[in-house]
Amino acid sequence: MAESKTITLNMGPQHPATHGVLRVELELEGETVVKVRPIVGYLHTGIEKTMESKLYYKAIPETDRMDYLAPMSNNLGYCLAVEKLMEIEVPEKVKWARVCLAELTRLNSHLVWLGTHALDLGALSPVLYTFRDREMILDIYEACGGQRMMTSYIRIGGLAHDLPLDFDKKVRHLLKVFPEKIKEYETLLTENQIFINRTRNVAVISAEDAINWSLTGPMLRGSGVKHDLRKANPYSGYENFDFEIPIGENGDAYDRYKLRMEEMRQSLRIARQAIDGMPEGPYRAHVPGVVLPPKEDVLHKMESMIFHFKIITEGFKAPCGSVYQAIESPKGEIGFYIVGDGSNRPRRIRVRPPSFVNIACLPALCEGGMVSDVVCAIGSVDIVLGEVDR
Amino acid sequence: MEFEQEIREFINGRFGENVITEDNFRNQLSFIVKPAAVYDICQALLEDDRLDVKLLADITMVDWLDHEEEKKGRFELVYNLYSLKHKGRFFLKTRLPGDKPEIKSLTPLWNGANWLEREAYDMMGIIFTGHPDLTKILTTDDLEGHPLRRDFPLTWEQPQFSWNKDDPPEVIK
Repeated sequence: MAESKTITLNMGPQHPATHGVLRVELELEGETVVKVRPIVGYLHTGIEKTMESKLYYKAIPETDRMDYLAPMSNNLGYCLAVEKLMEIEVPEKVKWARVCLAELTRLNSHLVWLGTHALDLGALSPVLYTFRDREMILDIYEACGGQRMMTSYIRIGGLAHDLPLDFDKKVRHLLKVFPEKIKEYETLLTENQIFINRTRNVAVISAEDAINWSLTGPMLRGSGVKHDLRKANPYSGYENFDFEIPIGENGDAYDRYKLRMEEMRQSLRIARQAIDGMPEGPYRAHVPGVVLPPKEDVLHKMESMIFHFKIITEGFKAPCGSVYQAIESPKGEIGFYIVGDGSNRPRRIRVRPPSFVNIACLPALCEGGMVSDVVCAIGSVDIVLGEVDR
Repeated sequence: MEFEQEIREFINGRFGENVITEDNFRNQLSFIVKPAAVYDICQALLEDDRLDVKLLADITMVDWLDHEEEKKGRFELVYNLYSLKHKGRFFLKTRLPGDKPEIKSLTPLWNGANWLEREAYDMMGIIFTGHPDLTKILTTDDLEGHPLRRDFPLTWEQPQFSWNKDDPPEVIK
């Protein structure tokens, strides 16, 4: 009988370092990984199918539940896509508020990533700090949308309601204290020899391979490709903001760590510009029959009440055609491809999930490396399984 | 704009007989092409360094069952291509018949096509010939059918047990 040289090891789906329910089939030769096969789908809930069965605006809560660490980014992507389909122009204030919230969301997502990634590599303390500081962002979410995670605050044509009265104060407080906090995390990790040994030259992917694997977001930028949809194809008024796109050099896990830390600083910078320059004005576009009228009008004006009733009960009819709107979410390019067929329900809503596409390259990151580096590779891709499986 | 013009010239010039029509809905450039030409167009685009269309952002599938669009072919497959250098995006759309939706896989050109095509197979039942591992990816192994097809019931549990055997399937109207 021929002797088998490799063993097959099953990692997950209930493994703490797989960030949810990812299962990885590893073929090992000693401690070297020969073959990796990521298996997903344990969290599949048919979100795209559910969205297709609903009226356009009723699909918004579904978007929160995909990437639950970046709810506002997903809301924004979906609403921008529907606005493109219906040709709605939103007021200036809405654009600035959306940018501010989207950048806070990036901070939120990167904080959770930083904590859990460090935790996977054996550094226990960062996760305590990042989750403590994340509360500030969740408080702002709660003030805006009434919920801490599934906000559904960004709506088609504007926001659910006006920004809360203490929004300015809360965001300014966050902007004041956060630069210090980021320094605090960096003292724990950036020069930490154990962290550097575990991440440098681990999970390396070259720029050509990254493009070939369709990677986007920090995964692509970590390999040195300067691509950010906020700069390349600005949406929601990003062309008015001044910020840098950090890029990596080697495409390893350490570069991606440094890049995300810098992205957090840039997010704060954008959020500061947004809060400083926030214009006055309505919080929702005035498009009768498509965008809900403000609640105060519904109580006092007959036409508004009729439109409110009609939008809630039968929605609006979208033209026959398809639109695609991509935004730069914390994890990469999240895109919504919406096909209208002339009725009040979408024919198709396709979500282009950054996590799903990025995790597909796991074999390229891990094969030939050590088994302990698989954990580091999964962590540095930054996935949310709710979005991978939808 | 300039990029769009160059893409237009490139595709119409080299694959003119395979382009059925061109669409510019909401300023998004898309070409409706014959299914047999998709692979060749993508290969030609990858080899052209001047246009630099190297990123396959997404593969989407649409089911046009019971709609007037169905006569062009029930399934629509949309390839979402992006040029990092020119920061431009355009779409290749193709129609496949409902009874035998088959198209050549793009996995030899892009590694990223692997999972996107597996998802299209799992959710919509489109067969990609030449794919190295065309298996289910999101749904469970014992689920029958392809959930994103319009005739797949919306609320109907699988596998069927004795207590939900008589539940009528509900389909999106």
